[in-house]
Amino acid sequence: MIVLNGEGSDVAAGESVLDVLARLGFGRDARGVAVAVDGEVVSRAQWESFTLAADATVEVLTAMQGG
Amino acid sequence: MAEPLDTQGAAGEVTDDAQLTIAGRTLRSRLLLGTGGFPSLELMAAAIAASASELVTVALRRVGAAGSSPQGTSLVDVLTGTGVQLLPNTAGCHTARDAVITARLAREAFETDWIKLEVIGDEDTLLPDAPELLRAAEELVDEGFVVLPYTTDDPVLARRLADIGCAAVMPLGSPIGSGMGIRNPYNIALIREAVEVPVILDAGIGTASDAALAMELGCDGVMAASAISRAQDPVRMAAAMRDAVSAGRLARGAGRIPRRRYANASTPDEGLPVFD
Repeated sequence: MIVLNGEGSDVAAGESVLDVLARLGFGRDARGVAVAVDGEVVSRAQWESFTLAADATVEVLTAMQGG
Repeated sequence: MAEPLDTQGAAGEVTDDAQLTIAGRTLRSRLLLGTGGFPSLELMAAAIAASASELVTVALRRVGAAGSSPQGTSLVDVLTGTGVQLLPNTAGCHTARDAVITARLAREAFETDWIKLEVIGDEDTLLPDAPELLRAAEELVDEGFVVLPYTTDDPVLARRLADIGCAAVMPLGSPIGSGMGIRNPYNIALIREAVEVPVILDAGIGTASDAALAMELGCDGVMAASAISRAQDPVRMAAAMRDAVSAGRLARGAGRIPRRRYANASTPDEGLPVFD
């Protein structure tokens, strides 16, 4: 199962990072958003081509007030 | 007897210029602002304007987390709309590994290689974890980041951080959000002597006089977050911090008089009439 932001999800193996972002309401031009898969940053340029393995752990992060 | 601190900051040692240069980038304000704790984005933007700060921190959290930006963009849009430079932080990270990954993600999200590096070692005090901090700083410097580490008020650690290539050091005055001011002014003054890079007092600022003291001790800048965002009137406190940083910088450059135990008359006794 693909884990998205710490919880089990119905994201399927083979979906791209961009597909996951679309589920969360983000497009390819979303500002202030970054993605890590299995602890590695997936750069914006890779969002469309990077496909997820069946056991991927995905973190989708965005800006929050802080510091 | 004069305090050791009084002999520092003799006139001419520093100028009263308003500009702060970090990693070759010149900022027109010596006040850094944290964005945490503001009740609304409108108030945050108004406080940023009142503070005149050009460098403000922002955090990264999971999409959907309480306080994360709706659709991820409104906070960034408001901040960039104010014309400030974003300084992402690694707040909440407890290991070098987490901090390094967070910094890489921040670079991706905010398109800046500047990072305020925080590696926390204790939940109650939020004090930095020195070995993890050094490890993370070293790795991020190697990766080309402009690293501004939140550190303890230990001059030796500050020197180690500067030696490995950090662009500035950000010693705490007292624990984050405590508002207890600068608990060890001697160490802050020693840090100023120990490193060549800018020293920015971070954490513990409670009110304007704390910020002025930081500058009088020789700090090159002050970072304020809760002191402004959680004040009764954040916009007014932002203006107070702006003026305090400026006043402290001026006073440092002016060279204060030494402290003494007894009075030293400012009016001469000569010519004093006698009424017998």
